Amino acid sequence: MNEHHAVLLMISTSHAVRAEALLRKAGLNCKLVPVPRHLSSDCGVCVQVAQRDVEQACPVLQAAGLTFELHEL
Amino acid sequence: MSRLGLVYLDNAATTWPKPAVVRQAMSRFLSQSAANPGRSGHRLAVEAARVVYQVRAALADWFGAPDPLRVVFGSNATEGLNLALHGLLRSGDHVVTTGMEHNSVMRPLRALEEQGVGVSVVACAADGSLDPAAVQACLRSNTRLIAMTHASNVCGTLLPVAEVGALARAHGALLLVDAAQTAGLYPLDMQRDGVDLLAFTGHKSLYGPTGTGGLIVGARVDALRPLKQGGTGSASEREQQPGFLPDCYESGTLNAVGLAGLLAGMQWLKERGVESLRAHEQRLCTQLLAGLAEIPGVQLYGPADAERRTATVAFNLAGCSPSYVGQQLDERYGILCRVGLHCAPAAHRTLGSFPTGSVRLSLGVFNSQADVQRTLRAVRQLSQEVQH
Repeated sequence: MNEHHAVLLMISTSHAVRAEALLRKAGLNCKLVPVPRHLSSDCGVCVQVAQRDVEQACPVLQAAGLTFELHEL
Repeated sequence: MSRLGLVYLDNAATTWPKPAVVRQAMSRFLSQSAANPGRSGHRLAVEAARVVYQVRAALADWFGAPDPLRVVFGSNATEGLNLALHGLLRSGDHVVTTGMEHNSVMRPLRALEEQGVGVSVVACAADGSLDPAAVQACLRSNTRLIAMTHASNVCGTLLPVAEVGALARAHGALLLVDAAQTAGLYPLDMQRDGVDLLAFTGHKSLYGPTGTGGLIVGARVDALRPLKQGGTGSASEREQQPGFLPDCYESGTLNAVGLAGLLAGMQWLKERGVESLRAHEQRLCTQLLAGLAEIPGVQLYGPADAERRTATVAFNLAGCSPSYVGQQLDERYGILCRVGLHCAPAAHRTLGSFPTGSVRLSLGVFNSQADVQRTLRAVRQLSQEVQH
């Protein structure tokens, strides 16, 4: 994957799998990946999306009331 | 009749048998994705977390909950009820409940009463039915919560949840519903019926395994005090319990294999058709009630009309203790039921069957007309023996 990616740090795995379900329903590709150590000490997963999808992805999660932190890699 | 030649009429305790797909889903989960949901980032952990999320989403959809993340899993409905009652009520609050409650509501309330919570128990009619006006009459300025069962676990009487939900809204109180006896087969929608807290079990009318259940927390509920603290796999850098749903109430590893089975049970119900399964139970219940009513010495409890009740039937046979009847049904006829007080002394007081208790015959979707006929023949024979 040579594309640029961003990750959305969620507050828990339950929230991450909900985010994944919502993004897929909205037709956006995403992947659950382990949280990069330099971003958080948490041991769970975060949601990786293509950089070009970030603008579409964020409102989907916000509309569902999900809290997240956006990090561009 | 089951493959074992038994007539199982204890479905109000737990439904049996379970659909084969439940067992298959649990076996598949154990062999293919039984890692810890929410604790690690590898593929099996993520797969397990997805399964758990699918169950949350399915339950939220089923019960009209606002958000799957407001579905909190615990071991059973009792844990859900305890979380709601102990989590919400404080000294100085007032709570209204009914005379048909199970001890899973009554015992937490009696414990809270000792801590300064005011408890009013609304009397129900002799058939277990509840008049919403009687609930209205008990409301006070400090009434924080109305806690009620959706249906009696003793005699099946359905209680008017939507009417009480409207009263609670108008008064600014919250409504907690114990849906242990109904969740799955009987319509219940948190938004439509004004339910703020819904305690459910997975192992009765949702046809999942034991060890599944919990509480759905409606949007009007701010924060409940957690029953327990511990690891959640989230906010791990902090030694304090996280404050967000569902993690704040789900410390410790979830029963993910049980939840995988519950999801299969729910999908099975949808495929078979909830309404036709409920109609099947109601038809059998009508036959059972009509047959029992004709047997000399039988006293029935609860409403006669199948529309006003679940398929749980309570009766006594004159001259016999409930335990004698239960033992005879089991040993001589292979009919399995539950006798006694059914963890619901308040309900038996309402029905007039305290402290003796009653014989409870609770039907499930796998019962047949032949089961009902065999049961009626057995009770008729017992009745004849007592009279001669």
